Amino acid sequence: MADENWNPKIIAIICNWCSYAGADLAGGARIQYPPDIRAIRGMCTGRVDPLFIMKAFHDGADGMLISGCHFGDCHYLEGNYKCAKRMFLVKNVLKNIGLNDRRLRMTFVSASEGAKWGMVMEDVVKTVKELGPSPLSEYQK
Amino acid sequence: MAEAKEQPRIGVFICHCGTNIAGSLSIEEVKEYAMTLPGVVVAEEYQYMCSTPGQSIIVDAIAEHNLNGVVVAACSPRLHEPTFRIATQEGGLNKFRFEMANIRDQNSWVHMHDWEGATSKAKDQVRIAVAKARMLEDLEPKSVPVEHAALVVGAGVGGMQAALDLASAGIKTYLVEKNPTIGGRMSQLDKTFPTLDCSQCILTPKMVDVGRHPNIELMTYTEVENVEGYIGNFTITLRKKARGVLTPAEAEARGIVGGGCNGCGDCAEVCPVIKPNPFELGMAPRKAIYIYHPQVNPLLYTVDFDSCIKCGLCVTACGEEKKAIDLDVVDTFEQVRVGTCILAIGYDLIPIEGKKEWGYKRYDNVITGLEFERLICASGPTGGKLIRPSDGQIPKKIGFVLCAGSRDNTGGVAKPYCSRFCCMYSLKHAHQIMEKIPGAVPYLFYMDIRSFGKMYEEFYYRIQNEGAKFIRGRVANILEDPTSKNLTVFTEDTLLGRPLSLEMDMVVLAAAIQPKPEAERIRQMFGVSKSQDGWLLEAHPKLNPCGTTTAGIYLAGVCQGPKDIPDTVAQAEGAASAASIPIHIGEVQLEPYFAQCIEELCAGCGMCVNLCPYGALDLVEKDGRDVMEVTEAKCKGCGTCGGFCPGGAIKMQHFTSPQICAQIDAFLLEGGEQ
Repeated sequence: MADENWNPKIIAIICNWCSYAGADLAGGARIQYPPDIRAIRGMCTGRVDPLFIMKAFHDGADGMLISGCHFGDCHYLEGNYKCAKRMFLVKNVLKNIGLNDRRLRMTFVSASEGAKWGMVMEDVVKTVKELGPSPLSEYQK
Repeated sequence: MAEAKEQPRIGVFICHCGTNIAGSLSIEEVKEYAMTLPGVVVAEEYQYMCSTPGQSIIVDAIAEHNLNGVVVAACSPRLHEPTFRIATQEGGLNKFRFEMANIRDQNSWVHMHDWEGATSKAKDQVRIAVAKARMLEDLEPKSVPVEHAALVVGAGVGGMQAALDLASAGIKTYLVEKNPTIGGRMSQLDKTFPTLDCSQCILTPKMVDVGRHPNIELMTYTEVENVEGYIGNFTITLRKKARGVLTPAEAEARGIVGGGCNGCGDCAEVCPVIKPNPFELGMAPRKAIYIYHPQVNPLLYTVDFDSCIKCGLCVTACGEEKKAIDLDVVDTFEQVRVGTCILAIGYDLIPIEGKKEWGYKRYDNVITGLEFERLICASGPTGGKLIRPSDGQIPKKIGFVLCAGSRDNTGGVAKPYCSRFCCMYSLKHAHQIMEKIPGAVPYLFYMDIRSFGKMYEEFYYRIQNEGAKFIRGRVANILEDPTSKNLTVFTEDTLLGRPLSLEMDMVVLAAAIQPKPEAERIRQMFGVSKSQDGWLLEAHPKLNPCGTTTAGIYLAGVCQGPKDIPDTVAQAEGAASAASIPIHIGEVQLEPYFAQCIEELCAGCGMCVNLCPYGALDLVEKDGRDVMEVTEAKCKGCGTCGGFCPGGAIKMQHFTSPQICAQIDAFLLEGGEQ
């Protein structure tokens, strides 16, 4: 559906302790993945305000990824649980405003899962490419 | 939006990292692009930004261009943020006026063959970092005092060494061991390679030292129940399991003068309950009131309340004078406050019966390397006489299956990693049987002999010369003769390229090792990550092998990854040294990422109070209404409160909502909305 050469705009907010370290590990291991995702480092996924997500989609993001520690591994005990709960809320809102909620994804990548980070990157880009440009991005033009 | 008191003057410094970055994207283009970004007054590039000349470029540029924000586009902030923060500080700025764009680990290394894509991503990354740098504020790190005490979990050889080092450095050390005695795995071994020292002989002096050291508080039969706090100020709750036996000190506290357990063993003699002794891997009996072995430290009997029938015979045998046994005790809890912690929680063998082809637990004469240690040990169940479990005969042909479950990608119980000490202990076993049993021949079925340590290769030659047979091939199957209980080992001699079957009297599996089942609970309590293979994750595999990502928690020994005794002791000494540094400095600096309440916006709803996992937030009354207040000493800066606050009244320092929104805008709107 989408143009072959179209590069989606995907933003990621990832936690410092697990996913950011996992992403660094993927680099160390030279795992190659598509360059469409831009990551912002936060201390914990618990920091992710639903409004950040809404803002990103409002600004024209085609997809968004939130990635943190596995359940039970959170550096701050339970921030990832709190974030995961908010994801359900935000996904509901996205559906209600007519956005496919697959544009928003939460993943759990630990500091030792460089290979998994690469897979997540591949898969998020693939999913968003299938969905095509965000209907909201039209407003940005 | 944050108050823009001053015009942003940002310097962007782009690192080539040799060809690591410059080989995959256009530094020149990124630099030119950076100059066009709002607020950027200077952009520089250099071969190695982290080098001394590289850092000087930053320091000089801050003065020359009167910068108030620094962006370095280089490797990961997890690696070099501290370096560049110091450079920023040297240039005269607050060190938190620094932001990093990770164009190496998360760009050039992962998009090596996409020049255009990587260059475009690097521009975006720089733009995002500049957007944040424009909004950075001065912050002051918070300094907190460090408790002059340390905790060591696990009293095997690693834990004991770490505790001895800490204690000798003048630090009060709590050494916690879940078993009734210290000593760990090493106390189960007979001899140690390659020197063939008797394991107990070199270990027991250490055990005695640990018991005697005035700075070590030894807590056996005790488990960690809960961990709270942060580096410098951990509060550890310990569960002292009900032992049923009083130490002389405990007895005295109860007013029994000269009482308490003296280790005489009269109680065990009369105890009617017989259970397998886990120390002897079930090959010898113990009573419900027991000691593991004669050299235990502390010499103190323990009641196994799971099997005790409370008949009271032991209480009578112990007598009125000592009154050491109390069968009605319950677990007690104790809290200790420490500055740093070392985890040395060791390992287990994999359940090698899961590799069905080798028939462990189905065939009597297939045993593990650890069982061999007990059988060949003079203090073991057979008094050091190696016999076949099936008939008590002395075996003559003994097969050793190396890499039993190690370096094995077939899944199940097998592990892909090398367990590192099985080659060497199997060589030692081969030596021991040739020494003890005249005419005995060891057959070692191996993939590779990994004898990498000091004097290890020489030891390998020695065993070869002593007459051990080496067959290079993985054992495919073992079958038992039902009458003789002899074992036929099927393998392929890969050097001769032919299949082989050999009849053995006994087979010893050099089983792989794995993390202990309780490691998962312990690591989550202490906030330590795990590697892909399940071992506890060090902060950096090469440059910080003893530390973890949680400040103040250190690792020693096999719990971090398979290693032999010399490596374990070396790491334990390293961990003890690392753990003593904050204690000796006496204070640590915490990154000031605390939550702050913007009181004009706070509606006093109190939602954040329940969200905080550390109880750092409270509602207090100010000017006739409730507002939230942060206790900075408890706040760790996760931002869970800030992510939820419906009024946007919580400011997460260094990760404020305006800063994150600016980053989002910078990427998506190309910096359009400033």
